[in-house]
Amino acid sequence: MRLLTELLGTPTEADLGVKGTTYQSQLPELRLKEKKSRSSLLLSIQETSSIMGSVAESQRTLYPYVTGSSVVAIKYKDGILMAADMGGSYGSTLRYKSIERLKPIGKHSLLGASGEISDFQEILRYLDELILYDNMWDDGNSLGPKEVHNYLTRVMYNRRNKFNPLWNSLVLGGVKNGQKYLGMVNMIGINFEDNHVATGLGNHLARPILRDEWNENLTFEEGVKLLEKCMRVLLYRDRSAVNKIQISKITEEGATVYPPFSLKTYWEFSAFRNPAAGAAGSW
Amino acid sequence: MFRNQYDTDVTTWSPAGRLFQVEYAMEAVKQGSAAIGLRSKTHVVLACVNKANSDLSSHQKKIFKVDDHIGVAIAGLTADGRVLSRYMRSECINYSYTYESPLPVGRLVVQLADKAQVCTQRSWKRPYGVGLLVAGLDESGAHLYYNCPSGNYFEYQAFAIGSRSQAAKTYLERRFENFMGSSREDLIKDALIATRETLQGEKLTSSICTIAVVGVGEAFHILDQETVQQLIDAFEIVREEESPPAQPQPTAEPAAQASGADQAATTEQGDVAPMDI
Repeated sequence: MRLLTELLGTPTEADLGVKGTTYQSQLPELRLKEKKSRSSLLLSIQETSSIMGSVAESQRTLYPYVTGSSVVAIKYKDGILMAADMGGSYGSTLRYKSIERLKPIGKHSLLGASGEISDFQEILRYLDELILYDNMWDDGNSLGPKEVHNYLTRVMYNRRNKFNPLWNSLVLGGVKNGQKYLGMVNMIGINFEDNHVATGLGNHLARPILRDEWNENLTFEEGVKLLEKCMRVLLYRDRSAVNKIQISKITEEGATVYPPFSLKTYWEFSAFRNPAAGAAGSW
Repeated sequence: MFRNQYDTDVTTWSPAGRLFQVEYAMEAVKQGSAAIGLRSKTHVVLACVNKANSDLSSHQKKIFKVDDHIGVAIAGLTADGRVLSRYMRSECINYSYTYESPLPVGRLVVQLADKAQVCTQRSWKRPYGVGLLVAGLDESGAHLYYNCPSGNYFEYQAFAIGSRSQAAKTYLERRFENFMGSSREDLIKDALIATRETLQGEKLTSSICTIAVVGVGEAFHILDQETVQQLIDAFEIVREEESPPAQPQPTAEPAAQASGADQAATTEQGDVAPMDI
């Protein structure tokens, strides 16, 4: 496969410093770039390019541009449920209002992403290729959620090792052969499985709710209700959340992404009406 | 020196549409001592005959573990077999690094066959002189494949390769219809009997055969010699059973000192074109 070794970090000769440019030479260059102000950046690239060759011209993601907020996902009786809003923030500006962050991957998996939207789109391209090549074998075998999750883990960790991370937290859920799977991986490659997961602010605001109220035998309706509760809390307290939400499920039968909807909200609580009341002098 | 003018390099066709070098490579498989494989729904058993090429030397290893779920038995040039099993090991380990799951057997076999095929289409290469019986277990169950130097591969219920393998094949052809539901022990027993068939009267002992098993809940492993001897004794395979020699045994002829061809002392006289395997 075209990018496999490149993506996954199986060491190549260049990585091992056998040929030409060495791996270590990229490190001081990176620090240089981060310290210098933007105006001197061009200059520094010109300066270093003669020494570093093509390495100096490479661009790394040093911070995200357009980001999506939390993804919340749970196991339920028949599979996995996932929820995310459709906002895309340009810094703190709510720039886009209709970005899909839940995508089915192959037959058995569902991917949710928060963080840099363009990096998510690149990940989707990798996965499209992965699933295509898998289907081309046409031998009855197919990659399940566990395999896809592990693949993503390798990709994410490899990119962070190149000091050029894909700026996302990814949630990967799925069902294969009656086996439910739900896992997470973040931009530096930390990964784990759990019965319920949440990215971003959801990790702080939704997980406590899920710990209290989640159980293995939730029906679809109960699951959706629980996710809506989480999303409502996030909508109230996460400034980058928007009230246009998608919920998606995956079962043995396959993935379904439901059309977006809005939550009913009530903003007339006194704390909402006068948010600075309890923090005099702060604003 | 040459049998005809078309067998100098691998890529030159004969007017009859044959590639002699490839056919010679498949002959090398027949020179090696026998290797046998058979499978049920849940298990695959590999067996092989160990022949030392000198009274003073030990025999060469003919069964290799590739991964927990895959193993191979080889016949032909042992050196080529080792190279290919090392390739298979590395493919398996790379797959499990990326996906944390075992490589499907069929996919490994295709990759292996593609590798062998390249050698039949490059003038500066030679085909591998080894046949591999690939035994493995994956999502879709137990599998037994035969990979041959021409780059062809086939899936089998039971198969035998190497010298005097025809005798084993005859036995297996008589019995294979029951293999699907066989227990692990029955498979091993049939493997031992099929192995004995290739021995031409020589006594079957654990010192001249190797048995390996892979199956549901059982990682690929080679049975130790003690266990094999116990099985041989338990099944009373040593004494000549009824087994009517229905098949006229191929005439044994001294091996033309095929340098490196593994250990077998006889060649098989096949009258079918090697390509027809």
